[in-house]
Amino acid sequence: MAKDMTGAEMVIEALADQGVEHIFGYPGGAVLPIYDALFQQDKIRHILVRHEQGAVHAAEGYARSTGKVGCVLVTSGPGATNAVTGLTDALMDSIPIVCITGQVPTHLIGNDAFQECDTVGITRPCTKHNYLVKNIADLPSVLHEAFYVASSGRPGPVVVDIPKDIQFATGSYFKPKEFPHKGYKPKIKGDLDKIKQAVELMRTAKRPVFYTGGGVINSGREASQLLRELVKLTGFPITSTLLGLGAFPAADPQWLGMLGMHGTYEANLAMHDCDVMICIGARFDDRITGRVDAFSPGSKKIHVDIDPSSINKNVHVDLPIVGDCAHVLEDMVRLWRTTSAQPDKKAMKAWWEQIDRWRGRKSLAYRHSNELIKPQYAIQRLYELTKDRDTYITTEVGQHQMWAAQFYRFEEPNRWMTSGGLGTMGYGLPASVGVQLAHPKSLVIDIAGEASVLMTMQEMSTAVQYRLPIKIFIINNQYMGMVRQWQELLHGGRYSESYTEALPDFVKLAEAYHAVGIRCEKPGDLDHAIREMIDVPKPVIFDCVVDRAENCFPMIPSGRAHNEMILGDAAESIESAVTDAGKVMV
Amino acid sequence: MMQPGSAYFLDDAKKSSETHTLCVLVDNEPGVLARVIGLFSGRGYNIDSLTVSETEHQKHLSRITIVTRGTPMVIEQIKNQLDRLVPVHRVVDMTVLGPAIERELAMVKVRGKGEHRVEALRLGDAFRARVIDATIESFVFEITGNSSKIDQFVELMLPLGLIEVSRTGIVAISRGPEGMES
Repeated sequence: MAKDMTGAEMVIEALADQGVEHIFGYPGGAVLPIYDALFQQDKIRHILVRHEQGAVHAAEGYARSTGKVGCVLVTSGPGATNAVTGLTDALMDSIPIVCITGQVPTHLIGNDAFQECDTVGITRPCTKHNYLVKNIADLPSVLHEAFYVASSGRPGPVVVDIPKDIQFATGSYFKPKEFPHKGYKPKIKGDLDKIKQAVELMRTAKRPVFYTGGGVINSGREASQLLRELVKLTGFPITSTLLGLGAFPAADPQWLGMLGMHGTYEANLAMHDCDVMICIGARFDDRITGRVDAFSPGSKKIHVDIDPSSINKNVHVDLPIVGDCAHVLEDMVRLWRTTSAQPDKKAMKAWWEQIDRWRGRKSLAYRHSNELIKPQYAIQRLYELTKDRDTYITTEVGQHQMWAAQFYRFEEPNRWMTSGGLGTMGYGLPASVGVQLAHPKSLVIDIAGEASVLMTMQEMSTAVQYRLPIKIFIINNQYMGMVRQWQELLHGGRYSESYTEALPDFVKLAEAYHAVGIRCEKPGDLDHAIREMIDVPKPVIFDCVVDRAENCFPMIPSGRAHNEMILGDAAESIESAVTDAGKVMV
Repeated sequence: MMQPGSAYFLDDAKKSSETHTLCVLVDNEPGVLARVIGLFSGRGYNIDSLTVSETEHQKHLSRITIVTRGTPMVIEQIKNQLDRLVPVHRVVDMTVLGPAIERELAMVKVRGKGEHRVEALRLGDAFRARVIDATIESFVFEITGNSSKIDQFVELMLPLGLIEVSRTGIVAISRGPEGMES
């Protein structure tokens, strides 16, 4: 049923038809018609951010915690360029985003008009796809297609650039309909023969390990359920990437913890020594593999991914399966159930004994202090005091992020929002705004670093405006901690520009935003202070002053293999655990 | 391999690379070529030759022929990355598909008098190049063939007064009755 309306009205209508309830944005000259249309309706609520980067991160948090498409509206020129970091972040972490950008009128494009930039040119490499709409007749189909492209296959950000004259122009709008795209057809079902081979390989495995990633989360809750089922059925150990946390419950005995550069000893050693690796929805990123030529040398690798270009990109795999995680997992569970043969019990017992010896090293151990708050301790206490609540965690990027991944334990998917691929400092605060908006009654905490959080601190103002009681839990060591750690380990302790002088008083800063500030400096005061933070029904900045010298361990140094991890000095000695002791650096 | 302090693994492995000809069927829409080229430059792939033109006006389809070099793993990546672009309909590796025909067209301008001029004409004849423009002191030859034939012709024209060369780059099509879309 076609209906005549302006381009600006079409944008609102299309968003509403696509189920959008919230849009994060910032007005400007080239989007004024759309803002005018927004003003005259009540289907979609606009959230005014303080910087366009924050708009995209907020939409990312919204999308990741709900499984829906996050929506952004920004103006031309600087509005679009400010959004680029967020778009790139969403591309790297496969988050479905539709970002509508205003553009100067069609006749001015290419004339260096005021607030003009080549938005589609600039965002081409940092979006899954983008569009410049030069004809009002194309607008409805482009808008609907944008949502389809953003949310289907491997999700990602899509930009729709709409010149101002198109926003004013009148045309006929039609509702979204099922349309087979001419060229874009993501493969959802995995090849059944290959899945059969994979199940066969799993059945004959002696030292198997599941290695799962954000693809399982992106595939929906059902994928996590099926993963749990398959892991239970097989009895195999499972580890996961930073982005995959929560798909499998951390409390389960089969869980090895996160793998990779700051993953647990048992997870990385299991990856290194396994004979069958079942990778589901992860992409063999360089933070996971360490040096590729020494990555899991003796294993047959099964790789399930919806994106064919992820396969054989970094690591050669023996059995690639292109398809959606949930669909492939469903087939795997069914095939595993229908055939009665079971994995070699003796071999599995030996494998688990080996894993328990690795666990015995307690690679996450740290030395507790009664004087200084250890960052690990802060996150452990935060976890203990919030685990029984309906909690969502976001983070910034750096040491605190790794400690959060190590010490906060996730039992459910969609509860953990962190910038993994791009590693965007300043992600967590705006992301928590988006999460809190989607889950107004839940406890939303941004585990932050004091350096990262200052990059997008202005979004506190957004949180206060919309009464979003986010908790910014700053692990404050006055350093860009991860930079300092690398400088300590690799650059002779020359701490070039990694110390932040003249930090603001975070308590006063919170008060300046009309939020609540809490500072804690002693381990003994921590529980009380965290409880206070949780109980305040307002946005809180929590300045947790921690040991400045603490490093994040375990760690695979660059250019090393998984079995060459460095452990912290609190870990158990090598004699108690490992077979090929000579390879391990302590 | 020992490496200096770095946040990344520095791979110094040298692997042998091979040359492949890829045909890419795309929607003929603004920016599609930029997407393809941006993919190559952004991910550090090589382009040895690139040709593009609309081939099916009714369907708004263009065909891009790319000659690229890389390790087998990189070639596979290139194909998958291309296939992932939304306006890309199909990617066919002509080198893997087997017996494909590759041709290139060149226009070669030669300037000379006397014996050189006669020799240029004679060689043009031998290479089945056509003269498409002539003056008292110059010829423009049109020559088609595979790239090595054109390379050879250009090289021969060099001492005979070669002025300039304009080449299309390689276009390719498979032998036999099957089309690319089937």
